[in-house]
Amino acid sequence: MSTKRYIIASGLILGLFAVIGTALVGITHDTTAEKIAQNERQALLRKLQQILPADQHDNNLLQSTVEIPADDRLGHQQPSRVYIATQQDEISAMIFPVIAPRGYSGEIHMLVGIDINGRIIGVRVVKHRETPGLGDAIEAERNDWILGFTGKSLDNPAPSKWKVKRDGGSFDQFTGATITPRAVVQAVQLTLVYFERHRDELIAAYRKQQHEAAEAEQESTDKEHEHSEHE
Amino acid sequence: MSDRNYNEISKNGLWNNNVALVQLLGLCPLLAVTGTVINGLGLGLATMLTLVASNGVVSLIRHWVRPEVRVPVFVLIIASVVTAIELAMNAWLYELYIVLGIFIPLIVTNCGILARAEAYASKNSLLPSMLDGFMMGLGFMLVLVTLGAMREALGYGTLLSNAHLMFGELARDWTLHLVNDYSGFLLAILPPGAFIGMGLIIALKNLIDRRAKKAQASPLADSDAVAATS
Repeated sequence: MSTKRYIIASGLILGLFAVIGTALVGITHDTTAEKIAQNERQALLRKLQQILPADQHDNNLLQSTVEIPADDRLGHQQPSRVYIATQQDEISAMIFPVIAPRGYSGEIHMLVGIDINGRIIGVRVVKHRETPGLGDAIEAERNDWILGFTGKSLDNPAPSKWKVKRDGGSFDQFTGATITPRAVVQAVQLTLVYFERHRDELIAAYRKQQHEAAEAEQESTDKEHEHSEHE
Repeated sequence: MSDRNYNEISKNGLWNNNVALVQLLGLCPLLAVTGTVINGLGLGLATMLTLVASNGVVSLIRHWVRPEVRVPVFVLIIASVVTAIELAMNAWLYELYIVLGIFIPLIVTNCGILARAEAYASKNSLLPSMLDGFMMGLGFMLVLVTLGAMREALGYGTLLSNAHLMFGELARDWTLHLVNDYSGFLLAILPPGAFIGMGLIIALKNLIDRRAKKAQASPLADSDAVAATS
């Protein structure tokens, strides 16, 4: 009998601490959740603004996005969102989250900004696991290399030159690291191809979305008017 | 509790029984994040905080918890504390959290923390337990920072780079460039550099201990005996 009670008491104590521990984590989560979401938005926005400074668009990038289906050229297995930049309601540029699948140690996550005429306005690496000291020169904080894409387009350099120099192209590689820049160059080129093929589609999708949003807003203000009239 | 006892706890945590150098615990995060001083300091502070909190709680509940279930209870406490710290860092030290990434949740698996709960906090009252956690954590952090400094100085030729991740924008200028146009020494930054650096630090500690023992051998031999019996 006493053994039984012993087991029950031990189980209860364990259960009690499970409840207390979960409560602690739950409370902390509740108090920090909003701040964490805000941090993530801020960090993303900072990255986006490195590519497209605030004075080159006048909309909220985080709120004007178009969802696109998974596409191999962009390296996505899941649908992703393209950020649409507008200046006085004219679409000026698009920023694509892109994954270069063949880095030296796995995926390289990047943002590729392309202006409406198909010229690159900037590329930034968001997340990678490349070798420190060698492959991590793709970070803008460590090396100017990634800035070299700015102004390039599908035919500048010519399609056959969209490679690192070792492969006969026109982009530098790093001493001791060829695989990393090769992956990045290829991913940027594929993004340009994707943009060329889907440009009009994306613009149409964005316009339609804007239109629907405007209509929805109109409707809700109409309803409000009705409501106030009834009162 | 006498002052002597507190001294003993401090000495144990910082030197004689250092978590990293003597107990050789928690080496995975230790070797992985010590690429720079700031990374080491960040993980060291998080570990120290965890140790103080977990030791404190374990000490408070030590009379309630039956021996059969004490280990799962300790693990539960440590895991909850670490998760809370992880969320707090994500909220208030976001940039550093991104850098340290996976190694914050991995503090749970740092056996050094469970070892202190089991070996010390479950047998002692609140204040000494928290002090033990603090000193053990501090000792661990000092090793992280030293190793980080060695690897950063050799590998990048800088010290305190990225200090703004922890101390805000003002600290951006704290970076010390030891050598201008340093081309970098890759081995120091890569994992082998961590192992070699760690080995050197342990060797240095042993060397100092041996020197001290020799110097002490004749006149002060009885001080150790007193400490052991107190």
